[in-house]
Amino acid sequence: MVEITEETIAHLKKEATILRRHIIEMTHVVQSGHPGGSLSACDLVTALYFHVLRVDPKNPSWPDRDRFVLSKGHACPVWYAALAERGFFPVEELLTFRMIDSRLQGHPELGTTPGVENAAGAEGQGLSFSVGLALAARLDHKPWRVYCIMGDGEQDVGQTWEAAMAGAKYGLDNLTAFVDRNGIQQEGRTEDIMPLEPLMDKWRAFNWNVLTIDGHDFRQILAAIDEAHSTKGRPTVVIARTVKGKGVSFMENKIKYHGAATTPDEYTAALAELGVPP
Amino acid sequence: MTAPQPWKSESMRGYFGKALVALGKANPDLVVVGADTTESIKTVDFGKAFPERLFQVGIAEPNMMSVAAGLAAAGKIAFAATYSVFGSAHTYNVIRQNVAYTKLNVKIFCSHAGLSVGRDGATHQINEDIGLMRGLPGMTVLVPADGPETGRCAEAAVSTKGPVYCRFSRADVPTITDPGDRFEVGKATLMRDGVDITLVGCGLMVSRCLQAADALAKEKVSARVINLSTVKPLDVATLDRAARETGGIVTAEEHTVIHGIGGAVASAVVEHHPVPMAFVGVQDVFGESGEAEELFVKYGLTAAKVADAARGVMKRRGR
Repeated sequence: MVEITEETIAHLKKEATILRRHIIEMTHVVQSGHPGGSLSACDLVTALYFHVLRVDPKNPSWPDRDRFVLSKGHACPVWYAALAERGFFPVEELLTFRMIDSRLQGHPELGTTPGVENAAGAEGQGLSFSVGLALAARLDHKPWRVYCIMGDGEQDVGQTWEAAMAGAKYGLDNLTAFVDRNGIQQEGRTEDIMPLEPLMDKWRAFNWNVLTIDGHDFRQILAAIDEAHSTKGRPTVVIARTVKGKGVSFMENKIKYHGAATTPDEYTAALAELGVPP
Repeated sequence: MTAPQPWKSESMRGYFGKALVALGKANPDLVVVGADTTESIKTVDFGKAFPERLFQVGIAEPNMMSVAAGLAAAGKIAFAATYSVFGSAHTYNVIRQNVAYTKLNVKIFCSHAGLSVGRDGATHQINEDIGLMRGLPGMTVLVPADGPETGRCAEAAVSTKGPVYCRFSRADVPTITDPGDRFEVGKATLMRDGVDITLVGCGLMVSRCLQAADALAKEKVSARVINLSTVKPLDVATLDRAARETGGIVTAEEHTVIHGIGGAVASAVVEHHPVPMAFVGVQDVFGESGEAEELFVKYGLTAAKVADAARGVMKRRGR
């Protein structure tokens, strides 16, 4: 296991805060989009884009790059923010999110946004797509890996479990999936809408290597990815316990912010919490 | 042009399976994803030739489509092949988001389209897939007329960029195309020239259009027959010429008349040179169990119906 320095952790925390600011700004300016689930996935995305993924912002279609698939497509503000901060496209472009003629569609579109690897929006398709990518890497004897973030709402979708079976059947140890377990979906608490627990047992029963972590603790995130890399013969799923709206106190754990942007007052308050003076 | 009669009856799936093996030899990037129908639709032979390139995902067609899309995103030419009802209606939104919207190189090849599935009944007789697929932006839609053309469609799909949907029948069908025929995506084939009326068919209805043309010839009616094996992109030039030169069109398809090739041809004709038309196909009903030929008679998919429709069109226009 690679030693993670305090410096690395501090750097990741700083980047995550920058991404959170972008999420708030992007969704506020257009008064549309899904801040809650973007904020909950923010630390996972930050860890991947600023520490783990082998990608080249100057050459987004580099054939040997690692693939990141965002299955919960509505959380694309965090993806776009990470891609912009990594230099895939200008940071200023983030404020065109969901606007006419923008490269930053309301849900990810393949081929339009530099660095975006899949189309998502209709839930529950991303893990299958990731299985296809991982099969291709194996067929070609390539070392690149596939990382897929799902929402916990997507655990409702039958296709997620079709993909889980296929990932296990083919022993895809080059595939690491994450469940952004923030406990909230569009209409309420996941356990009220459609109970998922015991979720670990479900994935275990599907023959995956299952890890649970605090999805906002960078040491735990990186350690889990490390363990996924060293696990042979089966794919790993990391169930990351997260907080919807994480990082902005009044948005945390609120169902409303699944798909609601901030009001002007909330906007100022949110940015202040993220270190931007009013 | 048309193979001489009597036509021999051959399996479309058989030609598809053989073509896939040959294509697999020539294209190391060609992969196939199956969903518990690989023996039936003959992708199993590809699996025997290239075991590492056939992925069996079980009865999980949405997964099959997305896995194929993922493979294509990594540079593969991915065939997703099963029965039409599963490879279109059951997976429509997965195809829409992961295949059509992404413009990936996924080739959806489906057997068991239409009434000719026979005794399995209405659940398996999809008469709506052409309409579903031609509505998807950028989707190429192919409906081969016979076995050899099914093989040529597979070849053409490999050299066509982006998503392709190809549907064919479970039943053996008359081989009407000539072995030397070339197939080009987007080009309708003139099967027989004629000046009085045009019969536009797809799939196994093309042979019935030819039989209808024979019957009409006995009445001194010269019918042109067009094989519309590419439904999309539509060969508007050939259809427009047919409208101008013959003054009437009958379409014939093993599909609902509501949004199949009849609607596609009518839209093009009305826009360029409106002529009287008639539409032979399945009406707004589900099929039922029975032998293919019994179903064709009961649901109006016979050569006689095509000829009747042609007579009706000519009567309406005054000849």
